[in-house]
Amino acid sequence: MEAQANISVKDFLIDEVLRDFSNNSKDEQVQEKIAVIKNEKIDQPIIYIGAGTCGLGAGADKTIKAVKKYLSDNELEAKIIETGCIGLCSAEPIMDIHLPTHNRVSFEAVTEDKVDGILDNVFSLELPKDAKSMGQFKSYQGKDWENLNFFNEHPFFAPQYRIVLKNCGIIDPVNINEYIARGGYKSFIKVINVDKPFDVCEAIEKSGLRGRGGGGFPTGKKWKFANGEKSDQKYLICNADEGDPGAFMDRAIIEGDPHRLIEGMAIGAFAIGATEAYIYIRAEYPLAIKRLEIAIEQAKEYGLIGNDIFGTGVNFNIKIKKGAGAFVCGEETALMHSIEGKRGMPRPRPPFPTTSGLFGKPTVINNVETFANVPGIIEMGADKFAAIGTENSKGTKVFALSGKIALTGLVEVPMGTTVRDVLFNVAGGVLDNKKFKAVQIGGPSGGCIVEKNLDILIDYESLMSVGAMMGSGGLVVMDEDTCMVDVAKFFMDFIQRESCGKCIPCREGTKRMLEILESITGKPQAGDNNEALERFKGVMQLEKLCAVIKDTSLCGLGQTAPNPILSTLSWFRDEYEAHVFDRKCPSGVCTNLKEYKIDVDLCTGCTICARKCPVDAIIGSKKQAHFIVDTKCIGCGVCFDVCKFNAVNVV
Amino acid sequence: MEIKTNDILQKYPVGKSENLIPILQDIQDVEGYLSEASVVEVGRHLQMPTGKIYGVATFYNQFRFKPLGKYHIQVCRGTACHVLGSATVLEEIEKELAVKSGNTTRDGMFSVEVVACIGACGLAPVVAINGNFHAKLTADKIKELIDNYRNQE
Amino acid sequence: MSFLIEVNNKQIEARKGEMLLDSLNRHGIKVPTLCHLKGKFPSGSCRMCVVENSNTGRLVTACSFPVEENLKVQTHSPKVIESRKLIVELLLSNHPDDCLFCVRNKNCELQNLSEELQVRDRRVKGVKNNYHMDRSSASIVRDPDKCILCGRCVRVCEETMGVSAIDFINRGSESIVGVAFDKGINTSSCVNCGQCIMVCPTGALTEKNHFPELLSNLNNPSKTVVVQYAPSISVSLAEEFGMSPGKDINGIMNAALRKIGFNFVFDTTFGADLTIMEEASELIDRVSNNGKLPMITSCCPGWIKFAEEFYPDLIPHLSTCKSPQQMTGAIIKSHWSDKMNLNPEDIYSVSIMPCTAKKFEAQRDEMTNKGITDVDAVLTTRELAQLIRMYGVDMHNITPETTDTPLGFRSSAGKIFGATGGVMEAAIRTAYFMITGKELVQFKIETLRGVKGCKEASVKAGDLTVNVAVVSGLQNARELLEKVESGEKEVHFIEVMACPNGCINGGGQQIGADEEAVMSRMKALYDIDDKETIKVSHQNPDVIQLYKEFLGKPLSDKSHKLLHTHYKKRDVLL
Repeated sequence: MEAQANISVKDFLIDEVLRDFSNNSKDEQVQEKIAVIKNEKIDQPIIYIGAGTCGLGAGADKTIKAVKKYLSDNELEAKIIETGCIGLCSAEPIMDIHLPTHNRVSFEAVTEDKVDGILDNVFSLELPKDAKSMGQFKSYQGKDWENLNFFNEHPFFAPQYRIVLKNCGIIDPVNINEYIARGGYKSFIKVINVDKPFDVCEAIEKSGLRGRGGGGFPTGKKWKFANGEKSDQKYLICNADEGDPGAFMDRAIIEGDPHRLIEGMAIGAFAIGATEAYIYIRAEYPLAIKRLEIAIEQAKEYGLIGNDIFGTGVNFNIKIKKGAGAFVCGEETALMHSIEGKRGMPRPRPPFPTTSGLFGKPTVINNVETFANVPGIIEMGADKFAAIGTENSKGTKVFALSGKIALTGLVEVPMGTTVRDVLFNVAGGVLDNKKFKAVQIGGPSGGCIVEKNLDILIDYESLMSVGAMMGSGGLVVMDEDTCMVDVAKFFMDFIQRESCGKCIPCREGTKRMLEILESITGKPQAGDNNEALERFKGVMQLEKLCAVIKDTSLCGLGQTAPNPILSTLSWFRDEYEAHVFDRKCPSGVCTNLKEYKIDVDLCTGCTICARKCPVDAIIGSKKQAHFIVDTKCIGCGVCFDVCKFNAVNVV
Repeated sequence: MEIKTNDILQKYPVGKSENLIPILQDIQDVEGYLSEASVVEVGRHLQMPTGKIYGVATFYNQFRFKPLGKYHIQVCRGTACHVLGSATVLEEIEKELAVKSGNTTRDGMFSVEVVACIGACGLAPVVAINGNFHAKLTADKIKELIDNYRNQE
Repeated sequence: MSFLIEVNNKQIEARKGEMLLDSLNRHGIKVPTLCHLKGKFPSGSCRMCVVENSNTGRLVTACSFPVEENLKVQTHSPKVIESRKLIVELLLSNHPDDCLFCVRNKNCELQNLSEELQVRDRRVKGVKNNYHMDRSSASIVRDPDKCILCGRCVRVCEETMGVSAIDFINRGSESIVGVAFDKGINTSSCVNCGQCIMVCPTGALTEKNHFPELLSNLNNPSKTVVVQYAPSISVSLAEEFGMSPGKDINGIMNAALRKIGFNFVFDTTFGADLTIMEEASELIDRVSNNGKLPMITSCCPGWIKFAEEFYPDLIPHLSTCKSPQQMTGAIIKSHWSDKMNLNPEDIYSVSIMPCTAKKFEAQRDEMTNKGITDVDAVLTTRELAQLIRMYGVDMHNITPETTDTPLGFRSSAGKIFGATGGVMEAAIRTAYFMITGKELVQFKIETLRGVKGCKEASVKAGDLTVNVAVVSGLQNARELLEKVESGEKEVHFIEVMACPNGCINGGGQQIGADEEAVMSRMKALYDIDDKETIKVSHQNPDVIQLYKEFLGKPLSDKSHKLLHTHYKKRDVLL
């Protein structure tokens, strides 16, 4: 039965939806059928569970088990669908319930213990009082829940404009039918039937789409370069080697809507005349890889991948290559070397990949978000897409929010939104109402935006103008308790470990920069004047090193490696000075600069601190006040933690 | 071991060096690490110099060249542990197991690794065995500790 | 097509398709490089050749920047110089401070750059890498601490030599150049050719030095210390002493060697003539008795190890003749020692070679006769120069001397062994005579001379036509051998030299010599051949005498025992 039904759904979608790409049938029967496939017209309840990596991390698998148990215990029939991430990671695990009679309603923080209560209530057509709902979705059938917001009114979602994330968290990511029923693959089929490859490049250029992976190079222009090359073979590569600490949008897109990426790549391959495509994805993303594999199989089965697609003579094949753990492989030429089975080391450009790329053939590389924009652009038209955003930055951008921020997760907002809007209106401001200090944008290659620049519009050029960059779109929020020297050190440590080692400025320079930062945040050595002098000289060199590394490094990784230092140095010079001259960490983060003192009036001489001190730096007799020997103390803070009388102070 | 490597290699065409990384990933999935014998096999299959394969494998974080023991001992050499004598603890462990850090005992039971501070300064000197912390160790407690794990067999 | 570009506010001509560095060099503008290798794809790793693109204000690397019309660059602007200087300082911050103790002192590219860029204080400091030296090889010593990871050695080993014994290992600041599984280079497929040393900008790669042993033997009155030198040495040594490249200073060198204290001075070229006698006879024997063909020369120890590792199936094709060095050595410690009434054990036999692989060859098991090694120590051309300087010999002010006989007399056929194609030419001259009983009318075989990596010729001797091929650079050898193995090429005799252009460009020669110098050495060898009267090995009177009084005839039992050997498959990490 099921198999047969599937075949008919497949034929229906291929013949009446995809082949009918130009002529949207208003036929009621067709619409109804589509609504069924979209799971909007249902005859049994559906329970959706956010099962992206973030959801699973929050315990979604236990929630799923609890739901299954509930259903079998209560002899209820319901379909369980595991979706990708809707974007509000801090609300995971998220569970939606869609009853045939009512709208789909979404609950947050549904840990396994909350499942029974929520389901009891919803199945008796009541909203649970003790569970927090994010809102309801309008559906094809069914009543509205009373006194409940609609999902798109939720403060986190209301300001968003979702092109790339349109389906994420909503649909079953591994059901190609649902993707097609929601308009998927139509753009691809239309393009290969109607357009010439060059027209597609034109359209993408006109849309103003720019690379979402970092540099922001106009995508249509890049495609045109490759389109203009004559070669027996060309390649298209999707860069899914998302390695920036603090960026996870690519993972979420693939986990939540893998077919969108495949369709975007299919269109891109057609535009440049490539028949072979690779997805280079981190091996650390097993779930994304699995969902991609399933999606690719499905697309093959539907004839959307393979040879002579839909009788048009167009060929398109796709392979997954798993990255083996090297951040530098995000760089185009390094990535290609890695696919070729070599060390992922960049090479000088020119020749550019569009002339001589993978295996020496013309190659286009774009990142996941860039490709995921493409079906939407074709669907809505280049002009409509170009109407979103600012003069030079069109469309939307997905940001990954993390750090000291109330709501963490993914947001997709139009270009030209202010940073303040994203942080304070969408994401609910700084965690625990602490004071905002800065937001790091663009990962290790990026820079930070401080309070006075929060009102700049998000677009490629504006961000550059304040010393930051779009990068892949990670936003790490820092509050008053964050030490900016420590942040710079964190990024430099990362970059230093991930430098490929090929070019001298990056290999040797990042190591030296890290050492200088370590000496700034390191323990002061009492009485050693030489050490202090060296530290001071190091800082004198830091800016010079930054400039030369930026100017002379071979690839983007090295050229942007000094950015965290340059950026923090320009906005938080005072913090650096405090570390260097006063030997103090104003935020109290750098433990080596912490000095602990025991308040003799409060100390009862209980001896616990002396016993717990790992380095025997605390002396004193029983029932007498204790003292800390500065030269022995390593600043670990154990004494501070164990003192029951608040006698240990940080000075 | 080599039979497994061969099985994996059968799936990939001869001489296609672009498959190097997937092959190494497959081998490590099955064998847990990349042995010298495997690397030589891969080199023969792909007609690639072993030096080149080793160069590629050491470039990426993912690849290991030694099997971990059943019990993986991480000896913390952070500042606090150092001050409290983790050097002698390490020495004693190396002596007891007759291996140097970074290696695995012949019977495959134990592997020893030196790690930077694992953030348990209050427990110093500390050793983690398969993620379980053992606190305030001294050289004379090592034999007993290791015997406990041995006797679990 | 050419056009004008603006460099330092002046117009210079640039050719479409070339890299900026080439245009600059052609117009006398020097831009420093550390990773650049002429004729190879730019790797762009050292960043020393940055110049300022005035149109964009950005720094670009001249080695990898294709010239374009309207290009404007500044090659020595303050920004450029400061950048280069800091790059050098970064390297120095991770480099041992032991220039005064370094074998490359005064001939180090890093040292030169530090001087040129006026590095005067230690502005950048930090923790230095600390690795073990690799002394496992008989020929080559690697000191990873001094390695600046320019990658030239890796590329030469792979692209020119087709060996790929070394590669980059690890990543980032932990990167080193090394061998699979971090083993010693002796476990690798390294053929000891030393071309890596030739391109190494610093002292990270050097030859293994035997000075202490040599010096103690020179000072030991109970030892008779004899020396032989390869054909190419006399035309390569002049450069080390400021004389013009290619100048033949054979007589001066003889005198210098005696001043140092060598008791007898012989010429390996004598052994080359001997080799030709044996090898030509072997060829004729193989051709007339259905032996394995093509026969392949065996003078080059780099090539021999290469064949043992990569082409074990071709071992039966290798000529069984020992190399000239080993033949000379074997005769010294047998016939000559008998004649001189010396115990072979009291002879310390030294050879001067343009080669590092000869050090390996000398200590092979096959090269020992009843526990007596044919040759005891091998010095490179470079080491000879060091020795001469150490002993204070003024090469500009000594009177030339002749070699000792009988192992010092040579033909000019043996002399041209030093250039690619020379062995073949010499062998053909003698083989022709052996087959036809007549001398060739024209000794010179133009197609076998010159710098091409692979040269071929057909030679008629009587009613026999012999197809010969000459390759230098082992990657070229690989390509030829693939064609021979597949049957695409039919050849009867092949000469292989591991180093590009042969021994005149061997891995033991002066470091930093340019192409022109190498060409001068080649020309010098052929000039000698033009000028001298004994142009064939079989007319070397001392060789004739040796056969008469000792060996009998080529391929005799005695010859086989002393002058021939066999090779077998070698098990290394490939």
